[in-house]
Amino acid sequence: MNLNLDYSLLTPEFCLAFLAALVPALDLFVPRVRKEWLPYIAAAGLLGILGLSLGWMNKESDFAGLLHFDNFTTFFRVFFIAITATVCIASDQFVRERLRHPGEYYGLLILSTIGAIYMAAARELLTAYISLELLSFSLYVLVSYAKFDARSNEGGLKYILLGAFSSALFLYGMSLIYGTTGSTFYDEIAASLSDGTADFDLALLMGLVLVVTGLGFKVAAVPFHMWTPDAYEGAPLPITAYLSVASKAAGFALLLRLFAGAFVPVLEDWQWMIAGISAATMILGNLVALQQHNIKRLLAYSSIGQVGFMLMGIAALSDEAASALILHLTGYVVTNLAVFICIIQWYNLTGKEEIGDFRGMAERTPFLAVALAGAFFSLAGMPLFAGFLTKFILFQAAAEQDFLWLAAIAVVMSLVSLYYYLMVIKQMYIVEPEEPGRLHVPAVVNAVVFALTVGIFYLGIFPRHLFELVDNVTGFLFLS
Amino acid sequence: MSTGYMLAALIGVPLFGALALTAIPSRYRDVVRVFSAAIGFSLFGLALYIFFAYQVANGDAYQFELRWDWIENVGFLGDQGITLHLGVDGIGAPMVLLNGIVGFAGVLVSWKIDYRNKDFFILFFVLLSGVFGVFTSLDLFFWFFFYELAVLPMYLLIGVWGTSSVFPTFVRTKEYSALKLVMYLVAGSVPIFIGIFAVFVEADIGTFDLPALYQVEFSENFQKAFFPLFLVGCGVLAGLWPFHTWSPDGHVAAPTAVSMVHAGVLMKLGAFGIIRLGMQLLPEGAEFWMPALMVLGTTNVIYGAISATAQSDFKYMVGYSSVSHMGYVLMGLATMNPIGVNGAVLQMFSHGIMTGLMFAMVGAIYDQAHTREMTAFGGLVKNMPRFAAYFAIAGLCSLGLPGLSGFIAEFNVFVGTFRTYPVFGALGILGAAITAVYILRMLAVAFFGPFNERWKDLKEMTRWEQAGGALLIAFILLMGVFPSLFVDHISETVLQIPGVS
Repeated sequence: MNLNLDYSLLTPEFCLAFLAALVPALDLFVPRVRKEWLPYIAAAGLLGILGLSLGWMNKESDFAGLLHFDNFTTFFRVFFIAITATVCIASDQFVRERLRHPGEYYGLLILSTIGAIYMAAARELLTAYISLELLSFSLYVLVSYAKFDARSNEGGLKYILLGAFSSALFLYGMSLIYGTTGSTFYDEIAASLSDGTADFDLALLMGLVLVVTGLGFKVAAVPFHMWTPDAYEGAPLPITAYLSVASKAAGFALLLRLFAGAFVPVLEDWQWMIAGISAATMILGNLVALQQHNIKRLLAYSSIGQVGFMLMGIAALSDEAASALILHLTGYVVTNLAVFICIIQWYNLTGKEEIGDFRGMAERTPFLAVALAGAFFSLAGMPLFAGFLTKFILFQAAAEQDFLWLAAIAVVMSLVSLYYYLMVIKQMYIVEPEEPGRLHVPAVVNAVVFALTVGIFYLGIFPRHLFELVDNVTGFLFLS
Repeated sequence: MSTGYMLAALIGVPLFGALALTAIPSRYRDVVRVFSAAIGFSLFGLALYIFFAYQVANGDAYQFELRWDWIENVGFLGDQGITLHLGVDGIGAPMVLLNGIVGFAGVLVSWKIDYRNKDFFILFFVLLSGVFGVFTSLDLFFWFFFYELAVLPMYLLIGVWGTSSVFPTFVRTKEYSALKLVMYLVAGSVPIFIGIFAVFVEADIGTFDLPALYQVEFSENFQKAFFPLFLVGCGVLAGLWPFHTWSPDGHVAAPTAVSMVHAGVLMKLGAFGIIRLGMQLLPEGAEFWMPALMVLGTTNVIYGAISATAQSDFKYMVGYSSVSHMGYVLMGLATMNPIGVNGAVLQMFSHGIMTGLMFAMVGAIYDQAHTREMTAFGGLVKNMPRFAAYFAIAGLCSLGLPGLSGFIAEFNVFVGTFRTYPVFGALGILGAAITAVYILRMLAVAFFGPFNERWKDLKEMTRWEQAGGALLIAFILLMGVFPSLFVDHISETVLQIPGVS
């Protein structure tokens, strides 16, 4: 076998690893006054690496058959680095005021980004597994980072136990797939499945079930979602934000690569499974969200509901559905980041996180309130905002593959989601504030929120560019 | 083709106006008012121009056409996948005019809003933009886009600027009403959403362009299966019984201008949708289901009228009378004959103006008296003569007095209904009789009769309210005296709807 071992392909990740070491080192060795610069140093480093990664645009190459570098990988590289940079900036005040050891915090965030990127790039089962673990281990630590908060410890413990359990299932599933197809490389699995050398027997089915279960845990699909609300509630708020965007997006990038690259020849055999999980996820996530009082738990369940929508894109796997899925994923990430940054800032100002504590937000921080309301409307799928278009395209793509019933459930569940978002908007706009007076929001937060809001409108009103981009990106998935 | 920019302006002026309003500091309340009035006036002017420049009998199905490519040849979308395709036909033109009139009148009567008036106008213009968009879109995606856009600002408009209703035994809060209205309307869009997915997949031509989809022959079973989705989905917004309960609650809780636009224009989006998506897209399905709509529409008329009779609150009475009058629209559509459908569209216009006037008047009295209990008043004609006259004109139009617009519209509906379903025609006339009961009783109790000394301090309406009311009355008279102006526009397009004969 002639392996391409061109290490230069991995340059952005080497840089990320260096940055992940540099930030804690700065924290250790430079005087205390510099600490508030850490998130900005991390963000600046990340943005530099983001620029560097753009150099791989429209190039195609692979590293030893394990990692594939095409536009799909480049897209997610840029995507994840941008997310981490945003979360770093959003963490600034929160980490300074409420957490210890900021250096390690930012270092771990950057490390997890490497895992996320390789989840999107991997075209071999074990590589995918190791990348997934790199992401997960960083997050296990980060979720329990609020050392003296019992909820954080509880959330972290739940997350690590269930995470380890799901990793075991994932591994076992892989071994079964390896046993029936004789390979761990996606393209060889696909070849073996399509030319029938692998009998579609119970072992392969079992393997698929276990892989779906393991990944279902990671993206928080029902019935493997139990850890989500506790981990979301316990984790420091910026980490909750990171969990709800990056770790989900990485899970879906992996799912797309895996199912489009390896399992597409036996589409009919797993489609029903994903469709069922998708329906259960969106129904349960959205209905349980109705009952929540805590904003983090509300967003945990609403993100479970969103996972249900995204799984439609896997169930209806095709070129169109894959691009629709990434389109929706991008819109969701931009919107959810805006939601979380508003909530982090509100928490920084008031120290409260119950839904009732958002009362009078429109009086006290008008700009954040507008942005948050807009982002909620986007999540609920109202027009002008990104959510309307991305949901429309995603649901239509599912309907194209004979999943009209799934699209119908999704539309009804979007309606349900509107209700609980309106409950928060009611507190913000209709209920009087506890105490009057404007609160001061740092300019950098306003700027980031403004940029994300512009992004939400841009995707909602001029989606053409992103849609064409993701359509190009998904073209690389179905080579086999 | 350049005239198409007029339609784009109808959508763009309020949207960009709203954007521009965000730049005005909210403490300059008068600047906000003048700027908003300017936007309202320019919309009114544009709408007037479009209505009168629309050329009857020039052969084109749509005029003022404009097409901007939005997304094409990506994913499942083919050439012209989603385009901002605008145009009006003989039904769209009067509807655009209606929204222009009621929107402008709404801006005028909102002059006295003081609390966060900038935010109010921003949301109000988003609402108007959505409504104009629905009446002018010829693309299924954008049609639905604007349909949802019109619902988007409603929660805040009612929740922040609305009023709660206090009854002897319970309180119907504005938050409740706002939520009910929004959830009902978005729930109504659920079946439309599903219907759109199904139509796009079934047509399999890779475009959401409506004229292109009209050319597709859908199988009969498909049409019968999916027509009810559009019927019920749009019906919710049109106040179709038994999905009408959001309408009285929502319209009563809403601030005056929003009630005017919502009852006057937004409910027409539902009826407009039944024509655009139902009758034009799935004609065989329409033919199959129309008898059911006839039954439901007649129920609307009778049920709404009886409920209105039972109200002692001005605004609830007007709210239920809207449910009743929307029933005539549905009956007219259900006849599937030219005169009936003509009547339905005429009624859409007539009811829009008339109910706008009624809500404006109710708002005028409530802001002074802080009660809407009609039995608490008496002899108001003594110190508010103009107010009484305006209200009386609206009432008489509502009960179908010849010479006013309501007569023309209802007459057409009844003639159409008698040709197809005589029994329902008779029931419709019964509804009109009940309307006369509650309108005349209301006029007698509140405006005439002995003067109630408690209200001796009430003053005449503000000049802004008078101006807004006069504008609406002008069009009530115009349609009552020159119905041909409207009928010419409408009948030409109605005859082109498949299945109408």
